[in-house]
Amino acid sequence: MAPVPTERDLRLDLFRGIALWLIFLDHIPSNAVSWITIRNYGFSDATEIFVFISGYTAAFVYGRAMREHGFLVGTARVLRRAWQIYVAHVFLFAIYLAEIAYVAHSFENPLYTEEMGVRDFIKDPDVTIIQALLLKFKPVNMDVLPLYIVLLAGFPPMLWLLMRMPSFALALSAALYGLAWYLGWNFPAYPTGSWVFNPLAWQLLFVFGAWCALGGSLRLARWIGARLTRMLAVAYLIFAFCITLTWYFPHLAVYVPHVVSNVIYPIDKTNLDVLRLLHFFSLAVLTVGLVPYGSPALKSPLFWPAIVCGQHSLETFCLGVFLSFAGHFVFTEVSNRLLTHVLVSLAGIVIMVAAAALVSWYKRIERRGAGPRPPATMPGLAGGDAS
Amino acid sequence: MKRLALVFALTGLIGPASAGAPAECLIAQHQNEYIFPLRMTARAIAAKRLDILVIGAGSSALPGPNGTRNAYPARLQNALAEMLPAVTVKVSTDVSPHRTALEMVHVLPAALSAAKPTLVIWQTGTVDALQGVDADQFSQALDQGINLAHNAGADVVLVNAQYSPRTESMIALGTYAENMRWVALQHEIPLFNRFGIMRLWSDLGTFDFTTATKKLDMAVRVHECIGWLLAELIVQAAKQEAPRAAGER
Repeated sequence: MAPVPTERDLRLDLFRGIALWLIFLDHIPSNAVSWITIRNYGFSDATEIFVFISGYTAAFVYGRAMREHGFLVGTARVLRRAWQIYVAHVFLFAIYLAEIAYVAHSFENPLYTEEMGVRDFIKDPDVTIIQALLLKFKPVNMDVLPLYIVLLAGFPPMLWLLMRMPSFALALSAALYGLAWYLGWNFPAYPTGSWVFNPLAWQLLFVFGAWCALGGSLRLARWIGARLTRMLAVAYLIFAFCITLTWYFPHLAVYVPHVVSNVIYPIDKTNLDVLRLLHFFSLAVLTVGLVPYGSPALKSPLFWPAIVCGQHSLETFCLGVFLSFAGHFVFTEVSNRLLTHVLVSLAGIVIMVAAAALVSWYKRIERRGAGPRPPATMPGLAGGDAS
Repeated sequence: MKRLALVFALTGLIGPASAGAPAECLIAQHQNEYIFPLRMTARAIAAKRLDILVIGAGSSALPGPNGTRNAYPARLQNALAEMLPAVTVKVSTDVSPHRTALEMVHVLPAALSAAKPTLVIWQTGTVDALQGVDADQFSQALDQGINLAHNAGADVVLVNAQYSPRTESMIALGTYAENMRWVALQHEIPLFNRFGIMRLWSDLGTFDFTTATKKLDMAVRVHECIGWLLAELIVQAAKQEAPRAAGER
């Protein structure tokens, strides 16, 4: 059975916290501040970081539970987490409905007769709400949590396998990724189409994260540390940066050879394009080199805001989605100046940090009040939240 | 970002001026960047007769009794007539609301044989985004439509969705606009970036797209500008192919 590391790696919390901030910034439409986020400088974005780290932490926390208390208890805890995320998603959907209802009532403009079709969603609440509860109808920017729910719900058998035959489990996951891509498998969405984040493709990154947590990263250490790997990673990041540049400065597009553009386009986010995956791996290789495990800098107060957000990621994520709705509301109803964009973005991050700190405090006092109960029943004691 | 946009806007002003175009339109002139040649259009201009078909959905029309006259297809005809005085320009339309790209592909053969256009202006993206049509299916529909038009001997210009700040957090227009750009690049055809142009106007405060109103004033001015800028793109793209033939502005 693969060993389960005992001490939580603060780098996971740090980078998950940063990913949550970036997701918040990217989710406010037309936010000028989102120019700083990584999606503008390469192929992958904060979603890859979030899914990978979530896989890593899920294996870390539930792997230990499964080893100590057996498959049934481990599975029960994973499913309880999936349920919590489902409830959070439904809560966010309620907020979305409120927003859409507001816009439907307050917005009328002959220029936008077509766009007012968004009202149709609330014309048939019987259908829309049921489709939302079935995770088939997902409003814009509300695709990450449903992906996460499916990934967690399918995780227990994979975790069981990962703890016994890690490489075989990873190969199985890669095979599913390949099959889904080859045969065009995806989950159906409402009213048409399929899921924006195909769980059958994105599971690869989640499982890879779990595989790393269960000893895979030790096996990879020699490769990751190699000079050649780092050089390749840098070269790939430069290539991705140059290609991304042509998206924002279209007249540069003529310098991209046809052979290259024919091979790379379209870069498919839905099915976790190999180009995105490679971009994430390159970033990860360099990051692991720059911020080593147990680095004392991680304990510095400078990183605390991101780390605390990463440690309570479900609460922070949901708040981030809500705040991005609110931020967009400020842009359209109050002011759309650059200064407003900066202030709203900063205020959002400050609120996320404050809320995460508050959750942290609640967990501490609850733990104190719990008395002599065995620590294993407390999710917080297994090294923080899994998600 | 806005300061950058302003610099771009100012450099846009120094570019080729469209005589008669309202000043508010011209600040977005530089957004016409994807200039691939329009070969058939250049030939048609040289032969002094240009037939255009605008196929689109709800955002290619305006409500009200003067809707047709005020909407951008008619404004395009007007602008082209001014820019190309020696050419007979005829713009016909196949516009009806709530149509996805694929639904327009289904009616395209009939529309092509009825209008026999030299140039097809294809406005799409909004309804697909509203309905969450699969991104691949959307791109495939675009491919099909472009190939149909090319096989019928017509050039194609794609027009992407309108920028709509109030509904921006509810309709994922960005993904579809992105797909349209890739498809346009692959087919080497011009894309009229209506989304980018309107976003620039919104950022610069040229038009306020967030106000709730029943009045048509702003909508009419916006369509006037779209018509002018589209005409500008067509003339420039045709010029690229045959400088002498199209130099009659």
